[in-house]
Amino acid sequence: GWMNKHLNLVPALVVVFYELDWDEPQWKEKQSECATRVEIVRQSLQGRNTKVAVVLIQKKTPLPPGEDVIASERAAALCNACDLSGKSLFVLPHTDHLVGYIIRLENAFYEHAQTYYYTEIRRVKSHKEFLNKTTHQLLFVRHQFKIAFFSELKQDTQNALKNYRTAYNLVHELRAHETNMLEIKTMAGFINYKICRLCFQHNTPLDAIAQFRKHIDLCKKKIGSAELAFEHAAWMSKQFQAFGDLFDEAIKLGLTAIQTQNPGFYYQQAAYYAQERKQLASMLCNHDSSVIYPNPDPLETQTGVLDFYGQRPWRQGILSFDLSDPEKEKMGILSLQLKEKNVLHSELIITLLSNAVAQFKKYKCPRMKSHLMVQMGEEYYYAKDYAKALKLLDYVMCEYRSEGWCTLLTSILTTALKCSYLMAQLKDYITYSLELLGRASTLKEDQKSRIEKNLIKVLMNESPDPEPDCDTAAVKASQKLWADRVSLAGSNVFTIEVQDFIPFVQCKAKFLAPSFHVDVPVQFDVYLRADCPHPIRFSKLCISFNNQDYNQYCVVEEAYQKSDILEQSSQGTMCLVPGKTRKFTFKFVAKTEDVGKKIEITSVDLILGSESGRCVILNWRGGGGDAASSQEALQAARSFRRRPKLPDNEVHWDSLTIQASTMIISRVPNISVQLRHEPPALTNEMYCLIVTVQSHEDTVAKDVKLTAGLKPGQDANLTQKTQVTLHGTDACDESFPALLPDIPVGDLQPGEKLEKPIYIRCGTVGARMFLVYVSYLIDTIVEGKEILCKCHRDETVTIETVFPFDVAVKFVSTKLEHLDRVFADIPFLLMTDILSASPWPLTIVTTQLQLSPSMTPVDQLESYVENVVLQTGESASECFCLRCPPVTNASGVATGCYIISWKRSSPVESVPVVSTVITLPHVIVESIPLHVNADLPSFGRVRESLPVRYHLQNKTDLVQDVEVSVEPSDAFMFSGLKQIRLRILPGTQQEMLYNFYPLMAGYQQLPSLHVNLLRFPNFTNQLLRRFIPTHIFVKVRLGMTEDNSIMS
Amino acid sequence: MASAVTYTAEWPVLVSIIFSPPQNYPLYIRSVPTENELKFHYTVHTSLDVVDEKISAMGKALVDQRELYLGLLYPTEDYKVYGYVTNSKVKFVMVVDSSNTALRDNEIRSMFRKLHNSYTDIMCNPFYNPGDRIHSRAFDNMVNSMMMQVC
Repeated sequence: GWMNKHLNLVPALVVVFYELDWDEPQWKEKQSECATRVEIVRQSLQGRNTKVAVVLIQKKTPLPPGEDVIASERAAALCNACDLSGKSLFVLPHTDHLVGYIIRLENAFYEHAQTYYYTEIRRVKSHKEFLNKTTHQLLFVRHQFKIAFFSELKQDTQNALKNYRTAYNLVHELRAHETNMLEIKTMAGFINYKICRLCFQHNTPLDAIAQFRKHIDLCKKKIGSAELAFEHAAWMSKQFQAFGDLFDEAIKLGLTAIQTQNPGFYYQQAAYYAQERKQLASMLCNHDSSVIYPNPDPLETQTGVLDFYGQRPWRQGILSFDLSDPEKEKMGILSLQLKEKNVLHSELIITLLSNAVAQFKKYKCPRMKSHLMVQMGEEYYYAKDYAKALKLLDYVMCEYRSEGWCTLLTSILTTALKCSYLMAQLKDYITYSLELLGRASTLKEDQKSRIEKNLIKVLMNESPDPEPDCDTAAVKASQKLWADRVSLAGSNVFTIEVQDFIPFVQCKAKFLAPSFHVDVPVQFDVYLRADCPHPIRFSKLCISFNNQDYNQYCVVEEAYQKSDILEQSSQGTMCLVPGKTRKFTFKFVAKTEDVGKKIEITSVDLILGSESGRCVILNWRGGGGDAASSQEALQAARSFRRRPKLPDNEVHWDSLTIQASTMIISRVPNISVQLRHEPPALTNEMYCLIVTVQSHEDTVAKDVKLTAGLKPGQDANLTQKTQVTLHGTDACDESFPALLPDIPVGDLQPGEKLEKPIYIRCGTVGARMFLVYVSYLIDTIVEGKEILCKCHRDETVTIETVFPFDVAVKFVSTKLEHLDRVFADIPFLLMTDILSASPWPLTIVTTQLQLSPSMTPVDQLESYVENVVLQTGESASECFCLRCPPVTNASGVATGCYIISWKRSSPVESVPVVSTVITLPHVIVESIPLHVNADLPSFGRVRESLPVRYHLQNKTDLVQDVEVSVEPSDAFMFSGLKQIRLRILPGTQQEMLYNFYPLMAGYQQLPSLHVNLLRFPNFTNQLLRRFIPTHIFVKVRLGMTEDNSIMS
Repeated sequence: MASAVTYTAEWPVLVSIIFSPPQNYPLYIRSVPTENELKFHYTVHTSLDVVDEKISAMGKALVDQRELYLGLLYPTEDYKVYGYVTNSKVKFVMVVDSSNTALRDNEIRSMFRKLHNSYTDIMCNPFYNPGDRIHSRAFDNMVNSMMMQVC
């Protein structure tokens, strides 16, 4: 009533716009016309306190106040005429700054409106002063609410909130009685809504929540009339829903909610009360269809609206708690109840639940979401929308299954089964039955037994018995559907993939070994176990492999007889007894093409029912197992529990593990391969490896092939530095392969032995792995089937390659002194030293020195070590006298190379000779200006003349000034030139003759020759000493032995 | 449905132990009174949302000094749901009637500690296989006495 009046009907301020300039010539007329208009407005307001204001629309810009005398005079006159205060007269100049003026006007109007509401509040307050708490309790609430309401209109939200709170407290001070309960609750709900809204607006959500909690706690128990209890539930639901909406609204405006405090909880609670309302309604409104709606309608009022919110239409405005007219009261209640009957409760509940789901999705509550979806599904079920119910339930089922909450899963499945029954959805019905009979179901035995019987009926193409607690009308409808299904031919085969749920038959397939030889049959077992209360028959068990050729061998089938289905006694092979593990053994011969491949079980199919009735194929992917079996396997593996002993032919289900694949490997070879050789191999020799193959087969080994050589997969360089050949007589070169594949050897008779030498040349030292691989074909009989098997045996051997010998080369002077450089044109010696490093004797066939053009031999270069046999650690040396002509190149001169031809000393003549080329080192050649060489006997005798001739050779193109002196020695007297200066022409030589006379015996120092070249100060005596002897051995004179010994 | 339990003379209590992730299935669950059990199961199951969130919020830091008691998980109209999580992420959940004002945080905490101790005893049993549902008379008795004390 009055709220609408104040919101939409009664204005706070009326503004009269009038076009009038201050300098209007017909001022008087216009002024009176304006005054008339104001008067008309005033009259139409009928004495309300509504403010009136006048705005003059003017064409000219006003002058600043006080300057325009006419304006102020005329304004005062106009105010007087219109009976207005000066504050209510405004001027709106219609000029450039229109927007600015409008904003100023708006503020001014707002102020006036506020003043109006302020006076309204004052008015209400003054009413309240006269009130008395005991007699005017109801009016207290009304006035308080009015104050708050006006404050809100005044946009004074703080005061509004304060007043609403007071009003709320006053509402609860009222004496509540059954008759006015609805009114109190309506009011309380209304005020509460206002408070919560303002709290959210003030960004104090906690206050809002606290207020709401208080509100709910206070009102929860105020049910009111028991016959209309559903009204209370509806009211509660509405409270929660409204708060949820407010909360959600606030979130949209920027409030942040949390997981444990979000609108979802309120929607959820609203849904709970809606459910309760539905229950109460179904309890209280179950009138007979004969009860008709009362006439006249007690809910009708004369005006069509209620004077006060929350009052009963049939007794408005009555304050007394007594029921004046019990008959009227009864009719009223009856009409309310009949109205409630038509409410679509499920729809309300589902809407609230889906609101809640949307909220919980936002606040990371997946389980809460699932729970609510289950409730939605159940509600759809009650609303008989089975398809939607099934869809929702199916969606959340897997979450409960994967988390292992069996009780919850079972309850969901039970509802889903009902839905599928009522819709006669065969496949769903079968699937849910399978799982409800399974081990994850917590149903009682009798329930399971009932479901199993129904399942068997379905398999026999009969209608199942209805599920308990179903709506009778719906059951009737579904029975018709089932009858249609039964009569309908075709499409009676259902394949059900079981790994995503927990069916009542468990399956584990297991190959007996991780690998099988091709000549033995492949064996595997399929274990089946049923968890249902009664034995169950199946018609077929078949297994599929990745190679489908084997599928035909692995089928268990039996003619299906309808009459046997429930007979406990006929527990043949095709029957699964609850709790007992059934084992089926299969055996097949693998194909020879599958050698080296994996045979995998891709699926196991168990067929329940028959083609004639209905057929259900339970399909396990891989080797069995369902949604729960991996967890069970883990638990079983952890368990220490001792398992009770079982009879021999039975096994513990838990102890079985799935083995869904096996390898087919080739037949075990029955030949021997032996390798004979003399390690280590020597670099570059033709190393002989003798392969002996002997057959131990009972039949002929056909098509024997030999593969020999470097084992693949080693260092790539080895492949290039290794050659293999069958012919050892001639040395092979780089073009030969490292591996000789598939050398045909022919057939091997039983017991026959075959020898084959293989020659290997290793170009570098180091270890190498060699592979000898013998393959052959043989016929065998497996399970009465003849197959041609390919067998092979391989041997590997690691052969070390070593250098056969070490060669050392050195340059020495003719005095056998080590030289680090040689002098041009002066002979020197090249010494080679071959040290055998081979553990086997070596024969040096010959050696050869190939000199480079820059070297010239002094004498014949012939080998001194031809046909020498070297044992381990022995060495052979050679010495060549060479000379190097002068060169301009200062760095070094190539000497040439040294070629050693050798072979392993072996009785076999045919061993080829290996030539090893050793490149000789470079040598630095230096030229010297003067070469001195001495001619002297190899020894002297005491007191016998010893002639010594020195040759001084000028090696330069210059004339040399030479100073020669001889320093005396204690052991010798000598004659000749002691000191001389002479000149030697280029290319010539000077001879100096001395006669030494030894005085003492023994190894004596000769008188030393000093040569001093004036042009070459670098030429020192030290260098000279390289060429000429410094000592000589002096023997005693013949016959003077004793004398001499005394003297020395 | 909701109110049916609320107005019974006895205060309903429910105790449940939930195995550590990823399975999260109940090892033990018991409620007094036993009617409406399914609803309690759902309550416990949904409360795991909050437990998960609290565990992830705590992070890996300071595992040793971590408070095992999670406190009130979330309030519903009729029940209070409390949580407790061990270091090995085994969760304990207790649901009590919200009108039962005698139970303060401290009592709940000590009840959880008691439960935890009994659970530890069970784990110490060499014949108990972690992850199996708990079937222990001693544990049942302990839970019974705890429920008696509360009701």
